[in-house]
Amino acid sequence: MYSALWHVLPGPWWLRVVILLVLAAAVLFCLVTWVFPLVDSFIQPPNVTVGSH
Amino acid sequence: MHGPAFRPSPYNRSMTDQALPLRRDRARRRAGSPKRPRRRTSVFGVLGEVLITAGVLVLLFIAWQQWFNDLQVQSGTRDDATKLSQQFAKTPAKAPAPAGQPVVTPAAADTQQFGVLYIPRFGADYKVPLAGGTDTVGTLNKGEVGHYDSTQMPGALGNFAVAGHRTTHGAPFANIAQLHVGDHIYVQTAQGWYTYTFRNLEYVKPTQVQVLQQVPDAPDVAASSTDRLITMTSCNPKYSAAERIIAFGVFDSWQPVSQVPTEIAATVKAG
Repeated sequence: MYSALWHVLPGPWWLRVVILLVLAAAVLFCLVTWVFPLVDSFIQPPNVTVGSH
Repeated sequence: MHGPAFRPSPYNRSMTDQALPLRRDRARRRAGSPKRPRRRTSVFGVLGEVLITAGVLVLLFIAWQQWFNDLQVQSGTRDDATKLSQQFAKTPAKAPAPAGQPVVTPAAADTQQFGVLYIPRFGADYKVPLAGGTDTVGTLNKGEVGHYDSTQMPGALGNFAVAGHRTTHGAPFANIAQLHVGDHIYVQTAQGWYTYTFRNLEYVKPTQVQVLQQVPDAPDVAASSTDRLITMTSCNPKYSAAERIIAFGVFDSWQPVSQVPTEIAATVKAG
């Protein structure tokens, strides 16, 4: 999977590394902005009130 | 004595010297033959990579939830608290203060912000909005502290009870177990500053609603009581809902909005 990605990328090795870093940053941004908050909304945090279950 | 990997060399080369021609060889192979046979991708190889990626994603999520998101939520609630505080300061209370008596603000609607909580023990920049009701999504998960609407308002005779997260979602009560006897808990509303003094911690079952009574755990003396208390509830142990940690405080003093308590003056001013 990742080796295929490496072979698909153009340019010398350092350019591929730069492209990969940019891709990783973009993925991280999407995760933090949309995916993680969405996942978090499905997770029930420990209840902090008395009297409600 | 030599291991099986040791091959005697006439040039007596060290291990690094041996590695060099190998590396050069590999480089030559890569440059010279463009149709170098690629290793076939196996199903298990891809599966392994997918699983490793999933593991990394889960770890990233935990880091985000436990650390990054808390900081983000806290900076949001701090801004909200600052705005509320400034709003209170701009619009002085209309109700005249009865001598020596705290002015009590009317109960707030569900999820409506009505005050700001300052606890110096939780950090020099600690301030968090207080909202009506203990709604999970509308108040608590936004990192705010929610007021049990069945209990009294700040400064009133009886018990001002609030709830807040101890972990995740901004965790306003993350350090609730670190309170020291005598620590000050400040509440600001449109009607002024209410200073409470932390008294004790208690660990109870989630069903023990008696901690919310006018005099906690003592309903029979409520009628004759002149106590004004604050009760803060959160989960215990951390990350669990097995028990509740309860922090009690007693009312110390009330000041009008214009007289900021000196202990938190810098925190109030800071943006």
